[in-house]
Amino acid sequence: MMQTRSKKNAWLAFLAVLAFLALIFVLDQIIKPTDRLGMLLIVLQKGAVYALAAVSMNLLNGYTGLFSLGHAGFMLLGAYTYAIFTIPDKSRDAVYQYYDAAVRFSIPEQLSRHMGGFGTALGILIALILAGAVAALLAWLIGLPVLRLKSDYLAIATLGFAEIIRALFQWSKLGPITNGSNLLKNFARASKFKLEIAGAKLSLSTFVPVLIATVSITLIVLIVNSTYGRAFKAIRDDEIAAEAMGINLAKHKMIAFVTSSFFAGVSGATLAMVLSIAQANNFKSAMTYEILLMVVLGGIGSITGSVIGSFLFVAASEWWLRGLDSGKFLGIEAPNIFRNGFRLVVFSVIIMIVVLFFRQGIMGEKELPDLFRKKKKTPAKEAES
Amino acid sequence: MNVLKTTLPYIISGISVGGQYALIAIGYTMVYGILRLINFAHGDVFMVAGLMMVYLAASLPLYLAIPLVILLTVLLGFTIERVAYKPLRTAPRMSVMISAIGVSYLLQNLALYITGGLNKNYPQIPWISDRISIFGMETSRVTVITPFLTIILVIVLVQLINHTKIGMAMRAVSRDFETSQLMGIQINRVISATFIIGTFLAAVGSILFFTNYPGVVPTSGAMPGLKAFVAAVFGGIGSIPGAVIGAFIIGVAESVIKGLDTILVVNGVISEQIGLATFSDAFTFVLLIIILVFKPTGLFGEKSTDKV
Repeated sequence: MMQTRSKKNAWLAFLAVLAFLALIFVLDQIIKPTDRLGMLLIVLQKGAVYALAAVSMNLLNGYTGLFSLGHAGFMLLGAYTYAIFTIPDKSRDAVYQYYDAAVRFSIPEQLSRHMGGFGTALGILIALILAGAVAALLAWLIGLPVLRLKSDYLAIATLGFAEIIRALFQWSKLGPITNGSNLLKNFARASKFKLEIAGAKLSLSTFVPVLIATVSITLIVLIVNSTYGRAFKAIRDDEIAAEAMGINLAKHKMIAFVTSSFFAGVSGATLAMVLSIAQANNFKSAMTYEILLMVVLGGIGSITGSVIGSFLFVAASEWWLRGLDSGKFLGIEAPNIFRNGFRLVVFSVIIMIVVLFFRQGIMGEKELPDLFRKKKKTPAKEAES
Repeated sequence: MNVLKTTLPYIISGISVGGQYALIAIGYTMVYGILRLINFAHGDVFMVAGLMMVYLAASLPLYLAIPLVILLTVLLGFTIERVAYKPLRTAPRMSVMISAIGVSYLLQNLALYITGGLNKNYPQIPWISDRISIFGMETSRVTVITPFLTIILVIVLVQLINHTKIGMAMRAVSRDFETSQLMGIQINRVISATFIIGTFLAAVGSILFFTNYPGVVPTSGAMPGLKAFVAAVFGGIGSIPGAVIGAFIIGVAESVIKGLDTILVVNGVISEQIGLATFSDAFTFVLLIIILVFKPTGLFGEKSTDKV
C-alpha cells in the first residue's frame, strides 16, 4: 500500500502539514489565552503532546504487536531530563529548595550567551533530544531482559518498570538531581516562547509544541513506511513466519521499543513544557492507560487515527464535556447530577462503548489519505489481506 | 537477637498483608488460567467492595452489611464478565485486555464521582479491629486472623476445584478451552463461576484489608490489585498455591522494606534514615522482573509450549 503512494501524494501530505502549521501559528496570534476560545489553545497544546505519545505507543502496540504499558515511565524520564537541563541558573536554588542542586547548567541559557535567541531555541532542541535519548537508553537497558517475554508478561513487566522509575525519582537521596517528591518548575516552558521580529512580539506557545509533535510524528511515519516498519508489521502478524523470512526478531523488537521510548521521552518533555511543571507523581499508570485508550479510540494500527483519537480525547475531556462537571450541559441544568467527576464517568462509558462495539476505533487500520481514494483501493486491500 | 526483635513486627504485619493480597491474587490467577486475561479491573472491584462497605455500614447494621457487600461485589464481578468480556470471547487477547483496562477506568471514575474524590472512612468492625498484643507488640486482631482465614479459604477452594463437578470443569477449561467445549462443558457457566469465586475472595480480602487502613479512595484498589497480580505471576500464573505463596512473599517483602530504614538504623548498619520506604511498592516489580527473567513461568507454573 505504502509503496504505491506516488510522489505527488507525498507532496500533498507535506503541503497539508505546512498549511496546518501555518494555521496553528495564526491561531496562536489571534486567540489570547484568556479569551473564550482560549480553551482551544490548551486543547491544541495538550492534544499535540498526547498525539505524539499515542503515536509512539501505537508504533509499539499497534505496529509491532508488543503490548507495553511502560509509557508513563518513559515520559517521566523525558520530562525530568528536559526540566533539569533547562532550569535557568538564577531560579535553580528556588526550585531545589530542600536540596543542593547537582546539575548546575542550563543548556538554552549557556547557548544563548553565545548565540542569542537562536541559542535558546537550539538549547531547547538539544534538551528535547537529550530527553528522548535518556528514555531510549533506559528502554534499551530494560529491553534486554524484558523483550523476551510474551504479550501479557511484557505488559505487566513494563508497567512495573514504570512504577520503579517513578519511585526512584521520588527518592529523597536523589533529591539533588530530581528534587525528590517536590515538583520542578521555572524551566523553559511553552507559555514563555516568543518570537521577536521588527519589534513585534509573536506568541509561539501553541506553535512550538505542535511543531515538535508534527516533526516527531513525521519521523515515525517515515520509520513505519521504511523496511523497518514492514518488518515490525510482519512481527505483529506472525512472529514465527517473520523469523522464517529472515527478520531478526530480537533486533527489530529492540529497535521498535527504543524508538517508541525515544518519542515517548520527547512527548514527556513537551508535556512538561506545556504544563510548566514536572512532577513524578503525575506519571502514574493511569496516564499509560489514558494514552492506550486514545490509541484504541483512533484505531490500533493507524497513525492518523491515533492523532485524531488524542485530539478528540483531550478536547472531550478538557473542553466539550466540561459542562457535565459544572451543572449545565446542552442547556439542561441539573446541578445534582452534573457535579464534579460526572464528565469522566460519561467519558469512560463512551470509551467502553467504543471498546466493545467499535473495536476498530475511528480509523481502524486506515490512514486519513486512504479515505479519499477508497473506491480504487478496495480490491487491492482485499488482495492484501 | 536485636535484628529479629526489630524485624518481627514488620514480618507479622507483612504476613497479614500477604494474606489479603493472596485473596485478591486467587481471582487473578483463576481468571488468567481460564481466559488468559489479566483482569485489570479486579483491583478496582476490590476498591468498590470497600466503598460499598462504607456506604452500607452507614445505614445498616454490620451483620447485614457484610453479607450484602459480599453479595453485591460478587454480582458486580459477574456483571463485568457478562458485559465487558463475554462479547469479546472470539476477539484477539489484546482487545479483552483493553476492555479490562476500560472497565478499570470506568470503575475508578465512577468511584471518583460518587465519593467526590474524598477519603471515605472505613467503618470499625467490632472484634476484628480490636487492639491485641502479640509477642509484646500491639496490633489489631485482624492482623492475626488474616493469614489463618486465608489459608482456610484456600483449602476450601482447592477442595472445591479438586473434588466437585464445577471444579473439574474449571480444570478442564484451563487446560484446553476448545476441547472442553467440544466435550460438552458449558464454558460460560464455568467462566461465570470463576469470576464469582474470584470476586467473593476479593470482597473478603477488602474487608480485611481496609480494616487496617484509615479509608478508601478511588485509587485504593490499583496498587493492591497490581501487587496481587504480581504475586500470581510470581507463584506461577494459574496455580492457586503458587499465588498464595507469592502473595505472602510480596506482603512480607513490602512490609520489611517499609520498615527497613528503622531496622537498619536501630541495628547500626546506617547512621540515619535514607528513605528506602519509597521503594516498598517498586520492590514488588523488581521481584517481578527478576522472576520473569529467570523463571518466566513463576515458581509453580507449568511449562507451556507453543505450537506453530
